[in-house]
Amino acid sequence: MVSIRSIPATPSSLTPGDLPWVIEHREDRCTLCGRCTAVCPVNAIKLTYMRQRMPKLVLTSTERGSSFRTFVGIRQKTEIKNRCIGCGSCEMVCPNAAIKPQPNTMSDRFKFQNTAGGEAEKRGGRRNVPGPNLLDKIIFNRISMLTDPALDAGRHEFYLNTLLGRVLSPEEYIRRKTTGEWIPPVREIFPFIIGSMSFGALSPNMWLGLLQGVAYCNEVLGIPVVMATGEGGCPPWVLKSPFLKYIILQIASGYFGWDEIIRAIPEMQCDPAAIEIKYGQGAKPGDGGLLMWFKVSKLIARLRGVPEGVDLPSPPVHQTLYSIEESVMKMIQSMSMAWNFRVPVYPKISGSNSAKSVLNNLVRNPYASALLIDGIDGGTGAAYNVSMNNMGHPIASNVRDCYLDLCAQGKQNEIPIFAAGGVGKNGNVTQNGMGLIMLGASGVHMGKFMMQAAAGCLGSESNRCNVCNVGLCPKGITSQNPKLYRRLDPDQVAQRVVDTFMAIRTEMKKIMAPLGRSQSLPIGMSDAIGISDESAAKRLNIKYVC
Amino acid sequence: MCRLALKTASEPFSPFSVLQAMEAMQEGYDGSGLGLLLRGLHFTDYSYKAGDPVLSGIAHTEGALHRLNAMMQDLGFEQKYDHEFEVDFSKVEAADRFKYILRVYKKPKSWENFSEEEVEHELMLTRLALRKDGEENGGDLTAFSFWPDVVMIKEVGWPLGVGEALGLNTNRINSRVCMAQGRQNTNWGINLYACHPFFIQGIGTMTNGENTAFIPIKDWLTGRNFPGYIGYQSDSEVFAHILHYVTKQLKLPLEAYKHIITPLKTAELLEHPQGDFLRGLRDACRRLIIDGPNAVIGTLPDETCLLTMDAKKLRPATIGGKPGEWAIASEMCGVDAMIPDRDQSLDYQPMRQHTIIVPPDRQEFKIWSQFDQFPLPQAA
Repeated sequence: MVSIRSIPATPSSLTPGDLPWVIEHREDRCTLCGRCTAVCPVNAIKLTYMRQRMPKLVLTSTERGSSFRTFVGIRQKTEIKNRCIGCGSCEMVCPNAAIKPQPNTMSDRFKFQNTAGGEAEKRGGRRNVPGPNLLDKIIFNRISMLTDPALDAGRHEFYLNTLLGRVLSPEEYIRRKTTGEWIPPVREIFPFIIGSMSFGALSPNMWLGLLQGVAYCNEVLGIPVVMATGEGGCPPWVLKSPFLKYIILQIASGYFGWDEIIRAIPEMQCDPAAIEIKYGQGAKPGDGGLLMWFKVSKLIARLRGVPEGVDLPSPPVHQTLYSIEESVMKMIQSMSMAWNFRVPVYPKISGSNSAKSVLNNLVRNPYASALLIDGIDGGTGAAYNVSMNNMGHPIASNVRDCYLDLCAQGKQNEIPIFAAGGVGKNGNVTQNGMGLIMLGASGVHMGKFMMQAAAGCLGSESNRCNVCNVGLCPKGITSQNPKLYRRLDPDQVAQRVVDTFMAIRTEMKKIMAPLGRSQSLPIGMSDAIGISDESAAKRLNIKYVC
Repeated sequence: MCRLALKTASEPFSPFSVLQAMEAMQEGYDGSGLGLLLRGLHFTDYSYKAGDPVLSGIAHTEGALHRLNAMMQDLGFEQKYDHEFEVDFSKVEAADRFKYILRVYKKPKSWENFSEEEVEHELMLTRLALRKDGEENGGDLTAFSFWPDVVMIKEVGWPLGVGEALGLNTNRINSRVCMAQGRQNTNWGINLYACHPFFIQGIGTMTNGENTAFIPIKDWLTGRNFPGYIGYQSDSEVFAHILHYVTKQLKLPLEAYKHIITPLKTAELLEHPQGDFLRGLRDACRRLIIDGPNAVIGTLPDETCLLTMDAKKLRPATIGGKPGEWAIASEMCGVDAMIPDRDQSLDYQPMRQHTIIVPPDRQEFKIWSQFDQFPLPQAA
């Protein structure tokens, strides 16, 4: 046995087998074209010279018994910053199917070492809990058959839209109409909403593609889809364009981008769809937004009014506010006033045991338009692993509790509840969304799903990719580096947005038709759903089925 | 499936004629029961004074009848007439029937200074108190209605058989309006309260089909905290309560009912003369949107009758008749049976946007379309 010193080992030395993803490379197929090493966003692989001994039988004693050949091959780096993220870009570009990443089931050594420089683990993306979640397990079991015939999803007319905005009680509506008083603004929108993803988190091409797709859905297909901006504002040309009416502008605790927005108000051609005040986010509750320096490009710096290349952590709370009552009064009313009470203003909070108390404050404020609750399965551009993995509240029971609370007060039509956090995380977006709607949500927000469906985001619940935070997105979705984001064609993203919403619309009909529903969105139709998990059924007050 | 028949005529007629129409439509139902609502009463052996409340129900035991008597006395009601049905109990399927109640009372003296609205509220509370008393005593007392000029009968069995068992063929009770429905809610366990027509404060409706939006509507109505919005043993009960909410609580004209249960689409409202008001009304009453398939037939306290259906119109119904006499039924053969001597070519089956309204004068029926100007005053 050799001396330990002759082996280059430190406490943090890892082998490829310790990393979450292992590169499988077939040297017999490799043509050494170098595309894989060029495309790898984290430089996980390198071309390197290697030497191979060529044993041969030599009978004369004057020659050595072996010779060596030198060749060029691919090797995986084991430094943490260069670890393979499993994105599969190498596999995508390889002309010879010679390379691919493989998930490593024995990778727990890596987790113990991923704190170099005292930095706790951070990532972008998702919570990484593989397998079906609770929403995936909901089934629709009130099937119309003989007493009421099922409808024809292909031929009947369906009313699929929902309302975003404060809806008055019928008595109050008639009173105000009679006296000519203010009626709160209400938007009629498609219940599947593109959730808040900021202009800094997303690349310009991604953002443009989403907006193009949304505009097409509205103007050509008649599907009134809206998208939310997230913190960080909106490009000035959009603010002054007629497309602003499809956009929910978010104001968050860093107030990034609001200089541009406020300045653009006099030149706006139309009102935004709504204003979302972000108090919390499902993926990292209690944390403010975080745009890491990698992504603060010249354009982003200008929009946000900050220097280039600095980390932009938003505070966890709105610094000007002291209490919920004050938040609701001050911010909701100020934002309403900015657009002369023509735009719905609503808060977004992270899923929490305290959601009901927020809701009840909103109920008592005549200007609050809705409540968006973002559950623990929500995604983010950047967060500490511990926040993303372990903080927050699952969305289903949070929404259900809030809805039943409103029912008890008879106000379930007045404050719409929107749900987010894991909608479509396993691809079942319509089923997940309709499940939440039948539990009481008026609509759902989806972020990760849109990135996957519209732009081919490589993230998965098996800890794949997840480098949105450092701006190295291999698809160019969450990067501000032109070399990366030029990989993404906005027109193709727009096409995928349209495909996605057309498919959701069809699936909604395929769910509603057998339930005998077509005239209104089945919000709170809890008699139509069941679940094979007895305790979940009890908790959600729906049917247990087996 | 339910079969529905309504006849309204200027001259009182026997409910048995409507039961015969039910018989004509017999192919469509299972003969599991009968619900009747009579309005515009005429008794051969009693001169009914307008405004006196009439209690309809069933005392299932002698004890329940005594409790009923005591309760009404305590509340200050004075009994003016007790209709003795000529019951042939051998023809009644159910065993626990002690007395069918049809009693006319005089309102308590203490109500003299009550406004009309207060009287109506008290009448409803009295009915609910009787119902509650019955429920607390093992269901031995059933109270269907307590309202001036209205009688309700609900029983299990074949409609004609029930009519004969209760002696309705003797012409002792006649009425100007008669609603009949021929089925107990056999989807679930039989419960007399689940049988149509449903009644609240003078408003009665009956429906066929299934109300698929029942739970959200029920949840919303329950949240009004109005004492009468209870029950919901049947998904169709909400149609009566929505009609009550629209006309009594919101005080909107009858035409608004259709706009609330089946609002027009946004594109249609944008073209409508009162589209702005109606769109807001649709949003505010969004939880009351029905999803059918249903035909809703109803009557109001002034003897107005109506027929309307869900927006998909999967349960059609027909109206036919002649001035002074109109019949509405879920089947055309039902209309034929009730008013054979009419011009059939004038029969009408409303479309998804229509409400058929037969006003109290019964000279002609009105086909009101949602696309027409909405008759609301100031607000619109």
